[in-house]
Amino acid sequence: MKKKLISAPYIIWMAVFIVVPLMMVAYFAFTDGDGNFTLDYIANVAQYTNIFVRSIWLAAIATVICLIIAYPASFILATMDKKHQSTMIMIVMLPMWMNFLLRTYAWMTLLGNNGIINRALGLIGLGPYKLLNTQGAVVLGMVYNYLPYMILPLYSVIVKIDKMLLEAAQDLGCNSRKVLFKVVFPLSLPGVMSGITMVFVPAISTFIISRMLGGGSNLLIGDLIEMQFLGNSYNPNLGAGISLVLMVIVLLIMTIMNQFDSDDEDRVLI
Amino acid sequence: MKKILYFLVLTSLVFSMSGCRLQHINEDEDEEVQTLTVENPEFYGRFRDKGISINVYNWGEYISDGSDGLLDVNAEFTKLTGIQVNYSTYATNEELYAKLKGGGASYDIIIPSEYMISRMIKEGMLQKLNFDNIPNFKNIMDKFKDKDYDRGNQYSVPYTWGTVGILYDNTAIDIPEEDIDWDILWDEKYADSILMFDNPRDAFAIAETLLGYSMNTENPKEIKAAAEKLKEQKPLVQSYVMDEIFDKMGAGEAVLAPYYAGDAVTLMDEYDHISFATPKSGTNLFFDSLCIPKSAQNKEAAELYINFMCEPDIAYATTSYIGYSTPNEAAFEMLDDEVKENGISYLDDEYLENHTTVFVNMSDDANRLMQDLWTEMKSTQDNEKNKWVVPIFMLSCILLSIFILIRRAMKKKKDIF
Amino acid sequence: MKKISKIYMSLLLLFFYLPIFVLIVFSFNTTKSRSVFEGFTFDWYVKLFHNELILTSFRNTIIISLLASVLSTILGTAAAIGINNMKKLPKATALNVNNIPIINPEIVTGVSLMLLFVFFAARMNFSFGFGTLLIAHITFDVPYVVLNVMPKFRQMNPNIYEAAQDLGCNSVQAFFKVVLPEIMPGIISGFLMSFTFSLDDFVISYFTSGATSQTLPITIYSMTRRKVSPEINALSTIIFAVVVLVLLLKNVIDKKSEKEMAI
Repeated sequence: MKKKLISAPYIIWMAVFIVVPLMMVAYFAFTDGDGNFTLDYIANVAQYTNIFVRSIWLAAIATVICLIIAYPASFILATMDKKHQSTMIMIVMLPMWMNFLLRTYAWMTLLGNNGIINRALGLIGLGPYKLLNTQGAVVLGMVYNYLPYMILPLYSVIVKIDKMLLEAAQDLGCNSRKVLFKVVFPLSLPGVMSGITMVFVPAISTFIISRMLGGGSNLLIGDLIEMQFLGNSYNPNLGAGISLVLMVIVLLIMTIMNQFDSDDEDRVLI
Repeated sequence: MKKILYFLVLTSLVFSMSGCRLQHINEDEDEEVQTLTVENPEFYGRFRDKGISINVYNWGEYISDGSDGLLDVNAEFTKLTGIQVNYSTYATNEELYAKLKGGGASYDIIIPSEYMISRMIKEGMLQKLNFDNIPNFKNIMDKFKDKDYDRGNQYSVPYTWGTVGILYDNTAIDIPEEDIDWDILWDEKYADSILMFDNPRDAFAIAETLLGYSMNTENPKEIKAAAEKLKEQKPLVQSYVMDEIFDKMGAGEAVLAPYYAGDAVTLMDEYDHISFATPKSGTNLFFDSLCIPKSAQNKEAAELYINFMCEPDIAYATTSYIGYSTPNEAAFEMLDDEVKENGISYLDDEYLENHTTVFVNMSDDANRLMQDLWTEMKSTQDNEKNKWVVPIFMLSCILLSIFILIRRAMKKKKDIF
Repeated sequence: MKKISKIYMSLLLLFFYLPIFVLIVFSFNTTKSRSVFEGFTFDWYVKLFHNELILTSFRNTIIISLLASVLSTILGTAAAIGINNMKKLPKATALNVNNIPIINPEIVTGVSLMLLFVFFAARMNFSFGFGTLLIAHITFDVPYVVLNVMPKFRQMNPNIYEAAQDLGCNSVQAFFKVVLPEIMPGIISGFLMSFTFSLDDFVISYFTSGATSQTLPITIYSMTRRKVSPEINALSTIIFAVVVLVLLLKNVIDKKSEKEMAI
């Protein structure tokens, strides 16, 4: 039996619905409305440099915060009593199962000027602070939505670290801080790397979080793309140009992150 | 684990109880419900049992949905004609345009505003209506027929009209209504409490009025000046929104918002702390009309829907629920005097004549310029960053990956020896 | 140390659950206020169950997710078998292309599919709706199935297939009796994964949906952009309850099978 043939339907599917669409994005990015070749749109992307900068910046902050929060959490989870571990993982992952629009909406109601947080602060005589419609709120939304994506890979790497190694390090005279930095951290690096990509990529391209929590004045790349296709300034060619640049940025980040990984050949990301 | 179980028991309790409540509430609602009478029911029966459905694309909060004892328009239509209605919503004219122009979605009914109608006519996106199928067109007042945007009324049937004004929180703003004008939206006293239109046309119109230009100016200099004005306002703006203002104004999150008069009426009904001012320096007068786009699959059923929307009872339910002014004579007659004279919905002819401007479709160049400036305005930040950041960022990424690759290759070599 | 980690985890859980908890509490509020609780009611749930739009979009979501995940499971399993038997270079290429929808930002996938559909819609006279949504969902679902099934081949002893043939099975029998049971866990987890991704997807659906067949996330999005009614809170509560229920069920089943394994 020719076993290879059985994958033919999907190979065709991939060609039509993965490769061709990406080529269409490139086609739109390099042509104008009448189909003539032009570099204008790609060049025009430079106009929106500040949006790219802001997106990269906010996504980077969110990623770092996620890493800082998630690392101890994954460590605690991984070293927990085996009996409770799976339950605890489930509890941590559970919010991720709610639709992200609802989760983000929840923060909208919490952060408002008359929201619960400001009311609670008001009771102890503070505030009200401007929490909603700020860049801080956007970062918070990213952290809240993507934190589980950081915890999961970290946890699965740390839990696999041989406990004997830690004991051996201690026997050889490392204090617990040294064990953490010289043994655990280097061994968990692949998890850190895949966690970073899993948070950074969706964070940089999100388009709802900034609209809901950022008040529409902190546009991110995702919002910009959406505006060109279905929003207030219809211009699909420019939108395709921006998408193309975004894709290149993401691919670059992925290749860099991949470099840190071991040479495991058909290891797949995520 | 136990706690979660308790939680589950609780929620299941909730559901069983809500089931009980269900019947109870229905009994309550039976009083003073509006009922529908149409002149000619047979007229609507043509498509019954043919399994037809139409796709209606309307503004958010722009149809009576059966609350407040008013008619549920779409449900009544289905009941009367047997035609299913797939109803979805958009927030701005520009969104509607993008969805029609760039998307493969086919709609049978859309409700654009006047300037968008003339743009769509110009670009061949609308179908001519067959008025034999819309006898209720006679209900429309003559002064709303044959307007500039659609001379001879070939493409559109007026749905609602209204003006733009300023919604404000009367507990926070202690200024007499007649003194409120557009410049209050630039007042630093209200920084972070101002909401602003999230669509270019309405936002630019305000800035242009304030600068003393026409709302329909195509002069690039004037458009650019208006963009500067909007940029100046940006630090004061809490957020750029459309229908979110219902929530934000209602909950007291913001104190000032320019918006459509009809929605102001709705909000004022619900909240005492909200007032509405129609600026003396002039404002925009808009007409939203029912149209059928080129991509429509069921033109005749769509015309039936348009005719249905012009039924006095339906137009009355619409105008009562959404608060926008009606062009429908019969429905207008049914309204309470209180509504007719609230000073918001039906402004006197003198004001409408002298102080309002109707948008016209601008040239493609002016449209493009406005859109570009709008995006630019929305994306600027107070501290402009260097243009080179992204290229440098990308370059350093490339260099870093090359470096790692080389290092790896060298390591491999070492391993071999 | 134990104490610190306990405090840390409680804080983390507070961060995760506080917003959801607040959403749930205010689904029972008598007024529309989102910050002051003024009384207890089930009205919003009643309204929700009368909201035709939400009910239809819920139905659409279920239909599309089920259909998309079943079709992608079949397509993906077949693809995994074929790809597994390829030579090194085509295999690597196929896997890399397969990974594109996973790696690519969702919005780019959505936009690219939209451009493709628009191109064909204009030429083949169809409009956006159920078909385009289904194709889009399958496109981002299959890669997860492939990724879940592929490793199972690596774990499998390659000789058992031949052994089965030696013992008299023809190749079809050998596949269904020997190979399929071996890779079944991968297929199931691939199916579940693609089903949940389909259920939850907003971004790609947003760009590929049309006038009909709106899915629940799209409806939720348009709800958040209008006058917000606590119905949305009621909806969240129900979704949350269902998720808790499903995960609990899964946990119980897992525990049971573990016990059986032990025996």
